[in-house]
Amino acid sequence: MELVLAISIGVLAGSGIWLLLRPRSFQVIIGLSLLSYAVNLFIFSMGGLKSDAAPILEQGVDVSTYADPVPQALVLTAIVIGFAMTALFLVVLLAARGLTGTDHVDGRER
Amino acid sequence: MNLNDHLVILPILLPMLAGIVLVIINERHHTLKLALNLGATALLLVLSIVLLSRAAGDAGAVTATYRLGDWPAPFAIVLVGDRLSAAMVMLASVLALAAATFSAARWHEAGPHFHTLFQFLLMGLNGAFLTGDLFNLFVFFEILLAASYGLALHGSGRARVRAGLHYIAFNLATSSLFLIGVSLVYGVAGTLNMADLVVRMAAVPTESRPLLNAGLALLGIAFLVKAGMWPLSFWLTTTYAAATAPVAAMFAIMSKVGIYVLLRITSLLDGVSAGFGYDWLFFGGLATMAFGTVGILSSQELPRMAAFSVLLSSGTTIAMLGYGDPDVTAGALYYLVASTLGLSCLFLLAELMERGRSAEADIFAVTLEAFGDDEETEHEEEVGIAIPATMVVLAISFATCAILLAGMPPLGGFVGKFAMLSGMLGSVPVADGTVPAGTWWLMGLLIVSGLATMIAMLRTGINRFWAPTDDHVPRVRVVEIAPIALLLGLSVVLALTAGSVMSFLQTLSDAAYDPGSYVQAVLGSIAGGGQ
Repeated sequence: MELVLAISIGVLAGSGIWLLLRPRSFQVIIGLSLLSYAVNLFIFSMGGLKSDAAPILEQGVDVSTYADPVPQALVLTAIVIGFAMTALFLVVLLAARGLTGTDHVDGRER
Repeated sequence: MNLNDHLVILPILLPMLAGIVLVIINERHHTLKLALNLGATALLLVLSIVLLSRAAGDAGAVTATYRLGDWPAPFAIVLVGDRLSAAMVMLASVLALAAATFSAARWHEAGPHFHTLFQFLLMGLNGAFLTGDLFNLFVFFEILLAASYGLALHGSGRARVRAGLHYIAFNLATSSLFLIGVSLVYGVAGTLNMADLVVRMAAVPTESRPLLNAGLALLGIAFLVKAGMWPLSFWLTTTYAAATAPVAAMFAIMSKVGIYVLLRITSLLDGVSAGFGYDWLFFGGLATMAFGTVGILSSQELPRMAAFSVLLSSGTTIAMLGYGDPDVTAGALYYLVASTLGLSCLFLLAELMERGRSAEADIFAVTLEAFGDDEETEHEEEVGIAIPATMVVLAISFATCAILLAGMPPLGGFVGKFAMLSGMLGSVPVADGTVPAGTWWLMGLLIVSGLATMIAMLRTGINRFWAPTDDHVPRVRVVEIAPIALLLGLSVVLALTAGSVMSFLQTLSDAAYDPGSYVQAVLGSIAGGGQ
């Protein structure tokens, strides 16, 4: 499971960064989204990977069998914030497209 | 419920509530919104004065901790009010009052939701200064960034949208780095509470250290982007120069948030991090200073020059943080306060001086067209008291600003630079007495950058006041010159009371580099049970 997760984080982050460096604003926003997926998975994995483990404590059960609830809470916050930021960026992107007449990030074709 | 116990959270709650109220009120009532914004900001200033005077009068290092939800300390998100955060909140609210007053003349009508975003920006700033938790810091960073995205675009126009696009893309990517850093630190140390991190870092096994350092380095990069360290600063000049004057005046403190967090983290982890990252700060700061100096000399427009001055001020402070020495940091903090006042003032002045010169007028005309100028004429008469002898007042303000930023006596910039230089020389061990090469470079750059600022400001001053190409006198109103007078007046007060301010900053930075009392105050409250 660790290997699969590591590879998928790597692929997402790599594709995200590549797209982020492209000149079209649509590519940039997709790149940012992919990057934030990679980051969210990464945060999630920092609590240690466990399957079939609840994050809620019960009396008399060993603590080590529980999933860490903190990264789950963090990732939830990060998802919400990331979603809002993507929406905001999309609006600015459309405004820039309307004002400059091109979807190049610099506002003009070379 | 005692209001005193809740003093620490009020600087966050007040702008939040004000922002919520402002978002409901229709844009047509912009005079009411303006009044609410000014009222909330003035109240915030009062709160921050109370907070600061309590922090200054308190013998302990940390005045107050506030555990949200009253959970025990390492689990609850804590707000920590100490001298450093109280001072930063104070600085932010002073700038906010100046910027909000300045916007009253006309800029607040140039687009929707200016006042709402302004209050949310303040909420994010104060939250970032007061929080004692790394992830909470991220949340407040995002709040202030989200507000700043809106404010950077305020007034619209091609230049702003284009600069805003780069600014947002860059900062979104940086936020990803911030998150990776935070989660790495959590993964290794198992805590996000800054005080608890100090305790736990000492127990981190050596083989996990590189991973923890990687996390801290990523966090550092995220803060250095905000602070504008070269080569992470190319977004800063375009965005700051394109932003409207009151917004740019607020942005002057935004780059200081990055510096504040760097200082907070490096000083807290000073004992356990074995000097990790200090060299990067030092040389990065040097490079930023060099870049800022060249930029100031080469820029023709005043807002752009002001943006490069932001870089210079950031670079100087970052390099000083690289010493990890309380005396140097105290000087750097004095310089930070003085230069932030000066920078804010320069952004406001730049707009007044460039007013009537064609490009700026064009942009404003476009934005007015977009948002309807039918109410403008009526409004114009209302606050349209133009000041007499405009050019003289502007020239005097500009000269004062130049002296402040260049670090010439007798104003605050000089005192700050002097304190930094004496701190640097004082940090040399008496026994061998040789000053390291890096310190010579820094001292040289500090003086050269002051000279460069002076030359560039003189050149602009001569062009605008002594040998203007057109005889156009900008129409300046009292509400626009008042905030400038306030900021410059404060910097004069800062210079006059340099002795007591420096001793306050000295105790502040001594306390910052003594994490024991911070940890004690935050974590000790579990044992005590709290309120």
